[in-house]
Amino acid sequence: MSTNVISGNGNKDVKLPIYMDNHATTRTDPRVVEEMLPYFTEKFGNAASRNHEFGWVAEQAVEQARERIAKLIGATSKEIIFTSGATESNNLAIKGVAEMYKEKGNHIITQAIEHKAVLDTCKRLEKYGFRVTYLPVQKDGRIDLDDLKRAMDDKTILVTIMTANNEIGALQPIREIGALCHERGVLFHTDAVQAIGKVPFNVIQDNVDLASLTAHKLYGPKGVGALYVRRKNPRVQLVAQIDGGGHERGMRSGTLNVPGIVGFGKACAIASEGMAEEAVKLAALRDRLKDAIMGQLDEVYINGSVEHRLPGNLNISFAYVEGESLLMGINDIAVSSGSACTSATLEPSYVLKGLGAGDDLAHSSIRFGIGRFNTQAEVDYVAERVVDTVKRLRELSPLYEMAKEGIDLTKVQWAAEPTH
Amino acid sequence: MAYSDKVLDHYNHPRNVGSFDKNSTEVGTGLVGAPECGDVMKLQIKVNPATNIIEDAKFKTFGCGSAIASSSLATEWVKGKTVDEALTIRNTDIVKELSLPPVKIHCSVLAEDAIRAAIGDWKKKNGQHSQPQPQAQPVEQRA
Repeated sequence: MSTNVISGNGNKDVKLPIYMDNHATTRTDPRVVEEMLPYFTEKFGNAASRNHEFGWVAEQAVEQARERIAKLIGATSKEIIFTSGATESNNLAIKGVAEMYKEKGNHIITQAIEHKAVLDTCKRLEKYGFRVTYLPVQKDGRIDLDDLKRAMDDKTILVTIMTANNEIGALQPIREIGALCHERGVLFHTDAVQAIGKVPFNVIQDNVDLASLTAHKLYGPKGVGALYVRRKNPRVQLVAQIDGGGHERGMRSGTLNVPGIVGFGKACAIASEGMAEEAVKLAALRDRLKDAIMGQLDEVYINGSVEHRLPGNLNISFAYVEGESLLMGINDIAVSSGSACTSATLEPSYVLKGLGAGDDLAHSSIRFGIGRFNTQAEVDYVAERVVDTVKRLRELSPLYEMAKEGIDLTKVQWAAEPTH
Repeated sequence: MAYSDKVLDHYNHPRNVGSFDKNSTEVGTGLVGAPECGDVMKLQIKVNPATNIIEDAKFKTFGCGSAIASSSLATEWVKGKTVDEALTIRNTDIVKELSLPPVKIHCSVLAEDAIRAAIGDWKKKNGQHSQPQPQAQPVEQRA
């Protein structure tokens, strides 16, 4: 990929391409990389080697990381189980609880706009005889607590609801969800990957029993995650899903990824210190981007709650413009679209459909994920490029023309697409 | 996904963007696709009634880069052809010219449909027999 420096808004230079897709992954913080490096070379030991210095050094590093991760979420270090990432954590939490508590009940509650790692895990359990309720979300992307209350019955063993959504950044009312679960003696699992290090999250205050975490969404390395498993009030038990040497208190066998874990720990330590300040900065950049775009374009819609939202997230639908064509026009900026054309399944985003926004607006959506390394000059450049490209594509859009002529597009009888 | 140079060229420099008066008897309008499916093409032809030659063509497209390129190319190709010659344009020709990958073949199908719909509309207006064509019609309800 070629990079060059061009002059953006004002006199500040921005380096292209610009990365603004921080919900997909984040750049590993240089401080994290620095701390990891010795664990590839001179400190390469296996943390499970109990009989020599190499093993002890590795184990000590793992335990320090465990402490740092636990501290960020208000847990104790014995409650942190290392995994390969949040997909594995979600699988372990949901399948592990289902298998452990199946005598107690066979009902699990989740919601429509979870990550596929949760939805597909639940679907698999349905094949094994579990009953799963998929709660709808409201227009703002949050569940209705009354829906949750109504869905619970005496066979419910687990509620799994994400803390923050990866596409629209909507924050679920997890504290209230957790309280409701504890009242009914139901376990509460939350996929917290997008929230950790971005917004306050505390397993005690938020009444969380299991939480999935991953390093690479908070400026740590890829390939390392964790599952928080509560040890008291209540003590949560899991059936391991991977058999082997009995690592991680028997819950997850497999040699630990020591350098990755060290990096994860460092990333959490950085977040513990700077999160509050960083959230203010990200929200200010996000609002600057939003205001610049919305001030210059009509018929632009924000997807998901404005109030209950991750600070770095902006998900916008640009009416009458298709998302992939917009991405093509801003090809020096890395963002994502909910358009069908950009997905492997050729279906528009199920998250945006879940909000009831209509497929046409899902096709027109762009997700901006602002992160630690983005600058104001980059935000200004992105806003300018997006506005110019949307204007150009609207000139090309028959829908925009029809709408301007006063035709109600919802009343048009569109020809069925022959390939469907 | 990497786009072919020709797709990029049509996307960056679309040919024949615009609209004709759809009420003119010389003009045939094809509107195909649906917003829910992520692509809508409007292709218009202006036909010389004496020669049946398509003297001009315009398009507007809501869709991905390949959809924009397919319709832009279609306007280039129909110009100068008689309406019957234009009906021989196949989506496979568009796929070949633009090097579209399999997931984008539907864009070329839509462009072929748009040509047929525009010609069908023109024939209907001019009292010529034609097969019914897939075409979206704005219902006469204005907001």
